[in-house]
Amino acid sequence: MRVAILEGETDFDGWRKAARAFRQAGIRPEEATFRVGEGEGGLFDQSLPDGAAGTAPFSVCRTFVELAQEVILHRSGDRFDLMYRLLWRLGEEADLMRIVSDRDVADAMERAKNVSRASHKMKAFVRFRQVHDDRGEAWVAWFEPSHRVLEKTAPFFQRRFTNMRWSILTPDGSAFWDGEALQFGAPATRDMAPAEDEIEEFWKTYYASTFNPARLKTKTMQGEMPKRYWKNLPEAALIPELVAQSAVRTETMVAAPAPEPNARLAKTLSRINRDAAFDEGFVPSNLEELGQAVQACRRCPLWRDATQGVCGAGPKKARLMIVGEQPGDQEDLAGRPFVGPAGKVLDAALEEARIDRDDVFVTNAVKHFKHEPRGKRRLHRTPATSEVRACRWWLDAERRLVKPKVIVTLGGTAALAVLGRPVAVTKERGEPIGLADGARALLTVHPSYLLRIPEEAAKAAERERFVADLKRVRTLL
Amino acid sequence: MAQIDLRKKLSILADAAKYDASCASSGTSKRDSVGGKGVGSTEGMGICHAYTPDGRCVSLLKILLTNFCIYDCVYCINRASSNVPRARFSVDEVVELTLNFYKRNYIEGLFLSSGIIRSGDYTMEQLVLVARKLRTEHDFRGYIHLKLIPEADPRLVEEAGLYADRLSANIELPRDEALARLAPQKSVAVIKKAMSQVRLGVEAAKPGKRDRVKPPKFAPAGQSTQLIIGADGAPDTEIIDRSASLYGGYGLRRVYYSAFSPIPDSSSALPVSKPPLMREHRLYQADWLMRFYGFAPKEIGEATTDGMLDLAIDPKLAWALNRREQFPVDVNTASREMLLRVPGLGVKSVDRMVSVRRYRTLRLEDVARLCRGIDKVRPFIVTLDWTPGGLTDAVDLGARIAPDPAPVQLSLF
Repeated sequence: MRVAILEGETDFDGWRKAARAFRQAGIRPEEATFRVGEGEGGLFDQSLPDGAAGTAPFSVCRTFVELAQEVILHRSGDRFDLMYRLLWRLGEEADLMRIVSDRDVADAMERAKNVSRASHKMKAFVRFRQVHDDRGEAWVAWFEPSHRVLEKTAPFFQRRFTNMRWSILTPDGSAFWDGEALQFGAPATRDMAPAEDEIEEFWKTYYASTFNPARLKTKTMQGEMPKRYWKNLPEAALIPELVAQSAVRTETMVAAPAPEPNARLAKTLSRINRDAAFDEGFVPSNLEELGQAVQACRRCPLWRDATQGVCGAGPKKARLMIVGEQPGDQEDLAGRPFVGPAGKVLDAALEEARIDRDDVFVTNAVKHFKHEPRGKRRLHRTPATSEVRACRWWLDAERRLVKPKVIVTLGGTAALAVLGRPVAVTKERGEPIGLADGARALLTVHPSYLLRIPEEAAKAAERERFVADLKRVRTLL
Repeated sequence: MAQIDLRKKLSILADAAKYDASCASSGTSKRDSVGGKGVGSTEGMGICHAYTPDGRCVSLLKILLTNFCIYDCVYCINRASSNVPRARFSVDEVVELTLNFYKRNYIEGLFLSSGIIRSGDYTMEQLVLVARKLRTEHDFRGYIHLKLIPEADPRLVEEAGLYADRLSANIELPRDEALARLAPQKSVAVIKKAMSQVRLGVEAAKPGKRDRVKPPKFAPAGQSTQLIIGADGAPDTEIIDRSASLYGGYGLRRVYYSAFSPIPDSSSALPVSKPPLMREHRLYQADWLMRFYGFAPKEIGEATTDGMLDLAIDPKLAWALNRREQFPVDVNTASREMLLRVPGLGVKSVDRMVSVRRYRTLRLEDVARLCRGIDKVRPFIVTLDWTPGGLTDAVDLGARIAPDPAPVQLSLF
């Protein structure tokens, strides 16, 4: 058996040097072991030949080195041997580190996970207490990490509390930060840290108050905050009493008679409710009223998943009204029609047709955004005929108020809403159609259709037809 | 009114804030206090500094600025008609308390909310004032979560986004009709509009490829909301649909589900009983299935009874038992999407299997090492050395996998 003596429990460099020498000398894992001890570092019970005498120098992947650095912080006694066994096997099995289902790899990864968890818990459970010395205030914590993670974790506290002077004392060693340099020192004992801090009473008050006695789940708590940490957590002293009282506190809440409702408050509230409701008999007398009233519309279910009803925008009286299908994702958020991608296409086309958008009343056939959630996005869905019919109430109100001479409908839904019958836009496109109120409708495609044409040449041609339709409008105004 | 001492105030205002489930401190921009004059850091992963016996994590100092409130939301402990003791912090008191707690490493930061006093604008102004003081006067670089007062002026929301990591407005009741009935002064439409503004703000703050100057930060940890479970009669499917709609519409990072819990001095309009904790747990699982496992709300709904998820088994297992024709799947050839649908396999396990199988054909023991428990997985998979045979279609498969009825939890002490 070959034995390598390491300088300390976390002596990674020593282990690395020894393991390298072992492997180069061809010493099998069963014949090698590592011990932390006094004596001189790097001393072997049998002298090792230099690397030159063994096999050629070798390299290992970074994954292995990083894993080894973590595993060595684990408190288990055989961690050095495990990592040497892996190092040895890497010679034959180059892909070994990727086979995380391998017994040794899985074992090492599990230990690395425990170390990482111990480090995370140290970030969480260190509790500083304030002290004063000749340089002013400073902060001291006593902590017992479950693995040897002090040096690994101290830089976290340096980054977080850069402008505080602090020490963390543990049975493995100590860390000190004076505002300039991070230093490590000898193991410490609990009595070297302050015994109290006046703010702790506030912290305990908070801890007790934020606990909800009606949902006791002590197992979950213990899983995340294992008992071994409790003795250094000031708040943990409260746990037994909080648990013991929880049942009584919950029963008291459940059994207590409900207070009489405040009559005056109830009256005020019922008035608020009544004011907000939508009334079928209501006739909006201006666009502002209409914009507010549509928010209470329940004529179809589309309001439920939409943010808001989006009414038309433009001058109070306009010679030209453009009707689209429905608000899209962006319009739904902004509360204004045609502000998304299709709106940009429309704006550019209007400009090319030399129509000022400020002179146009732009609106939609359906006022709420019909869609289907897909992860973090919302996919457009075409409104059903019943929804278009239900929403015509609002479009008609807009037409009554704005009194346009010409109405351009974009796409089939808009044509259906304006003409009141199903329409094949491609067949009836471009020819003015007389409407009952004396206005004339001109049918064309929806700009989002232009966005969906994949082929560039076809897209350009369709766009030209769209602009031509808009130019035609000018002759009708 | 008599001056009550700070500890009493803390007790009242923490108690008043605890029914908001959110306590996350993760997912914000990375920063530390190097080169600054204050304290604080955020490094991506959230940290839970303590756990209370209700199993909830304590990551932030979660308090209300005041629990005085002009609203009368029936489900809320702070509603105007409740007789709970009232208190109000000054802005400086909250700032001091936050810093004092932070320096002792008790917390990751502050989660500040408030009852509505005077007006939405005034209340929001006070919340923003606390955040501004922490950030600008004390150079505090820890985490700040501010509650949005939806009725407040959009300019205040904009300013809140400059200082806060996360903003949230709670929908609270899954059914809009219930909100109108139980919280008459609140409006879903107003809450959704506030959420829209946050989504647009977050999107505007993402630097474009061509931007030379980065746009100012806006709530880098995004927004979240909360739904109360069991107060308004909405079945699980309705809640899941509502969540999907909120995730899709407003880019929410999280929807929190909070089992309706008895509160002191509760209203007679609501059920007073033990909070439906298992139901809450199943909803979280369903939420995860939607966000990380590629399940559509409809698919989760397939395995419900009267719109309710099975309380005895998790929703993925329930789905799989219903869709046995899809199983068993061969772990050595199946797509990642299909592996994610195997009961008992998590995202991490699946990713590991997909990576390992490039080098080695998986055996049952390999799969066992890569997942948490093989018993639940076994009937649904094929490996090099295992095939479930008739087990997949066994009539009593559900009973075989589902654990015995939960043992009555023993008291800790």
